[in-house]
Amino acid sequence: MTASETQDPAMAKTTSTQDRRVQRVPISEKLLRMPAVLPLITFLLILIVWEAGTRLFAVPSFVLPAPSRILGGFESVSAGRWMEHVWATLRVALIGYAVSFVISLPIAVGLAKSRLLSGAFYPLLVVIQSVPVVAVAPIIIVVLGTGDAPRVVITFMISFFPLVVSMTTGLAATPPELIELSRSLRAPSFREITQIRLPFATPYIFSGMKISITLSVIGAVVSEFVAADKGIGYFIQFSTSMFKLPQAWAGLVILVIMSLVLFQLVSVAQRIFFPWSLPKGQK
Amino acid sequence: MALTSNAISFSSVGQTFLTGSGSVTALDGVTVTIAQHEFVAVLGPSGCGKSTLLRLTAGLMKPSKGTVSVFGKEVTMPRDDVGIVFQKPTLLPWANIEDNVVFPVRHKYGRVTNEDRAQARAIIETVGLKGFEKRLPSELSGGMQQRVGIARALFLNPDILLMDEPFSALDALTRDAMGIELLRLWQASPKTVLFITHSIPEAALLADRILVLSERPGRIIADLQVPTARPRDESALRTPEMQDFSAELRSLLIRKEAA
Ligand SMILES: Nc1ncnc2c1ncn2[C@@H]1O[C@H](COP(=O)(O)OP(=O)(O)O)[C@@H](O)[C@H]1O
Ligand SMILES: [Mg+2]
Repeated sequence: MTASETQDPAMAKTTSTQDRRVQRVPISEKLLRMPAVLPLITFLLILIVWEAGTRLFAVPSFVLPAPSRILGGFESVSAGRWMEHVWATLRVALIGYAVSFVISLPIAVGLAKSRLLSGAFYPLLVVIQSVPVVAVAPIIIVVLGTGDAPRVVITFMISFFPLVVSMTTGLAATPPELIELSRSLRAPSFREITQIRLPFATPYIFSGMKISITLSVIGAVVSEFVAADKGIGYFIQFSTSMFKLPQAWAGLVILVIMSLVLFQLVSVAQRIFFPWSLPKGQK
Repeated sequence: MALTSNAISFSSVGQTFLTGSGSVTALDGVTVTIAQHEFVAVLGPSGCGKSTLLRLTAGLMKPSKGTVSVFGKEVTMPRDDVGIVFQKPTLLPWANIEDNVVFPVRHKYGRVTNEDRAQARAIIETVGLKGFEKRLPSELSGGMQQRVGIARALFLNPDILLMDEPFSALDALTRDAMGIELLRLWQASPKTVLFITHSIPEAALLADRILVLSERPGRIIADLQVPTARPRDESALRTPEMQDFSAELRSLLIRKEAA
């Protein structure tokens, strides 16, 4: 057969019609179609309504501070202090996330490979997942004392489950033909995992990683609510207890930004290192 | 070369699967021998046990009854001299074509030599994909992907090639072209081929001999030599004797379905 086989005539047609359409679109509409523009406009509108509303109705700042007051809240703390708080939360979130990943992987391999293991341990994992971590957190702090350890454990408990589930699903979603190929070659079993199952699970693993990274930030914050002397979670709690609401809101904004940045980092890592694992149309 | 000229032999083979809702007998009393370098097609309705027949030959499962032998030795586990082509090409989407073809060596031994790569490129050329070595599977059409699947199976130079409906996912034109191509490969480097299909023209065009299986539990209800000499191309199917032969096959398959 010849190379002409690759040129799907139907595809060629759609791209050419698309080209034609793009040429006719007015610039204003083109701008609107850029992925970041529309949500940015929505966000700015919300800020304007928020600012105007709080001023117009003289909403007290402990109920809802205006965006400008929140901005002021950033300034009431020095940049150095902010960095300390951010680093404390970020460190716990990232270590907890890494621990979740490292522990989830062998668990998922075991669950995917052995029906016995999955029968024995899956219900247990569901039970752990169902425990309200916020309620267990004080106990964990008492058991593990001060320092990062109890906070990392709390973060792990909140973030590991989506990873285990997505990894197990991914490892089991490998095309059965490739498993048969592996068996027909009498290849060592660990290579079936490393060369077939794990790479095929990559898209699943990344969707779990995206959920878990945001949960890790939540975990770190929850642990700071229970016992901490640093961190954004601690800062928010401390600020509210002092009735410094704009400052607490500023902390919240930083947490949101932190989650968004971490989420994007995971997405970008997938795009750079595993481009083939992206769903079609996102490459 | 093996001591016996029998490449594959089944003797009173039966296969029963235990499932949640009871047992399914996929094959029953299958006895057949396939000579070395014979091209045998297996025809039968879906679910009659064709893939099971192939898996037994590949050593991927053990028969519940009887014995399966390859080159005179009972099959107890997969062998190095048997290659498999699946219905879907199932390539590694992250690996380029060359890496997909050398995959069996990387997977079995953990490393790939330069000779392996040179040999892979030679095979890629014989299946007509020269110049596509560094492309990803997603950049190739379905037919080309299946060529890679065939190249991967040929890479370890097996004496026996097992093909499970390898062209059934392709469009009709590509499918015919691939059949002719397979014949060319087979004539250039003779192998024993067990080719599963449910297409009568495909079986008649490609095979020396056709086994027809009954509905489940699969039994061999006919074992026929294809009447036309080689080399063949599509026009061979239009001769009166091949028309009669196809009609005979059709009636065998239809009778089974009515029963
Ligand atoms: N591993 C298995 N476990 C249970 N049943 C199976 C298994 N493999 C095949 N079967 C059953 O055996 C029958 C024959 O399957 P198969 O050989 O795949 O048929 P064919 O390839 O002819 O379509 C089917 O009814 C199928 O459901
Ligand atoms: Mg089948």
